[in-house]
Amino acid sequence: MQATEQYTLAELMICAASRAFADDGEVLATGIGVIPRLAASLAMKTVNPDLMMTDSEAYLLSEPNPLGPREDDFVQANETWMGFSRIFDNVWSGRRHAMVGPTQIDRFGQANISALGSDYQRPKVQMLGVRGFPGNSISHANSFFVPSHNPRVFVSGECDMVASVGFNPARLPKGYSTDDIDIRLVITDLCVMDWQGPEHQLRLVSLHPGVSVDTVIAQTGFALHIPDDVPLTPAPTAAQLAIIRQLDPHNLRGAQLKDNPPGDRRTSAAESVQ
Amino acid sequence: MNKLMTTREMVAGLRDGMTIGIGGWGPRRKPMALIREILKSDLQDLTIVAYGGADVGMLCAAGKVKKVIFAFVSLDFIPLEPFFRQTRQSGSIEVMEIDEGMMLLGLRAAAWGCPFIPTQIGLGTDVVTVNPGLKLVDSPYDDKAWLAMPALKLDAALVHVDQADSRGVCRISGPDHYMDDWFVRAADKAYVTCEALVDSSAFQDDTAARQVFWERSLTTGVACVPGGAHPTSCAPLYGFDIKHFKEYNACAKEGGFDAYLQRYIQHTDEDSYREKVGGIAAIRALSLPVY
Repeated sequence: MQATEQYTLAELMICAASRAFADDGEVLATGIGVIPRLAASLAMKTVNPDLMMTDSEAYLLSEPNPLGPREDDFVQANETWMGFSRIFDNVWSGRRHAMVGPTQIDRFGQANISALGSDYQRPKVQMLGVRGFPGNSISHANSFFVPSHNPRVFVSGECDMVASVGFNPARLPKGYSTDDIDIRLVITDLCVMDWQGPEHQLRLVSLHPGVSVDTVIAQTGFALHIPDDVPLTPAPTAAQLAIIRQLDPHNLRGAQLKDNPPGDRRTSAAESVQ
Repeated sequence: MNKLMTTREMVAGLRDGMTIGIGGWGPRRKPMALIREILKSDLQDLTIVAYGGADVGMLCAAGKVKKVIFAFVSLDFIPLEPFFRQTRQSGSIEVMEIDEGMMLLGLRAAAWGCPFIPTQIGLGTDVVTVNPGLKLVDSPYDDKAWLAMPALKLDAALVHVDQADSRGVCRISGPDHYMDDWFVRAADKAYVTCEALVDSSAFQDDTAARQVFWERSLTTGVACVPGGAHPTSCAPLYGFDIKHFKEYNACAKEGGFDAYLQRYIQHTDEDSYREKVGGIAAIRALSLPVY
């Protein structure tokens, strides 16, 4: 793929994240937050038209909704009612792939959005609660989106509150193996990773242009698997960028990452435009 | 049977120590008029079961709560509910933190008279370690562990709908009724506030009848409180009040909940509350959120 124009880091991450859904078949794709939602929407418009998506409220759509305010005459492409209670019927069937943004991720792929601190009865920071993480993680595929890759997210120990099940033999319930856990991609502002290293170790898949392996290692609180050959995360194509602009006409993606950095952060930006 | 009563009479039917389920979801269609009535009452030591928003935050801040059974407490556009956060961080309440779907299963178990419903949800996470009351059971049919989600039996359920008749037929015409039907079914008593009281003939319409999610025999009392979900939303009639929530959120940083309570709730009734927030026309003009 050839980059035909400048692109932002957010756009690079949207395209990288969209590949998480490419081989999913006919499942409900749920992207929590602007970049994951755009990623799922882009996937539905390109690599996997069989995906299903909701309007984030109560309907399943046959076309993803654009983000933000829409024209008065906009009619969303409802396919069926999909209220919150029915979402659980889908979740427990396993026909879903969610991309979520945990506050903490540990070396087992366990994740936390509940609370921070060592005293559960009196947390240092109360966050959302476990929400649907426990049910999602044991029922269907999950990918992670991390807007700021650092050791406070990729923690050295276990998550303060393990909200989603991971590849942790010590916590696996009776009758389960790590093969029953389906954690897919991790898309960060530095790189793309998966859990396909030895014994489900976090593995570096690709580096965003201008990011070094050493930076990823330094910003990850535990050891990750580094293959001999780590490619660059592919630049967005012109076609992908055009679809992203349609899906996000108000450029909400531009406000998701601090200072909306360019996608190619090599020192000489001119080099990247070939 | 005429089930019309006032919100004050509804709250007078509640007792200290009760387990109360609250319908709605986050900042959406919460029975806030009933919450305000509880805030003005002497009730205490409540156990609250909710997909929580400002309902949970306000009750916690006012010291009404012994325990919260929750999966999240959030105002959505303000992700962290400020007063729930303060209360949790002070260590002053008990919690039972469970998955969103576990809550649904617990309500269903209560509704169906089952002591528990087996599920895989929660296995392998800290949900099972921070809640020692949750038991794992063996299946008679396979060799896997199952979590026995206990029935969440409610003494009372509080919900807000857009239409009801005096016999307790309730209609939710917004796009999602959330888990309100299961809160009602899990409860000994269900108290409903509505935007409009309608004649029973209003439900003859097929569409209207399909937007009635429980039988009237489950409704204990009905009170007509236009704008009764404010500052939360009541689709399709009004969205949540972003400006009001920002002011509420700011009180957590300066003035505390007491400032909010004095400004909007203490020494007011619903009529004067409505006027303080701009009147019913202003509430109904709040635009629905676009996701």
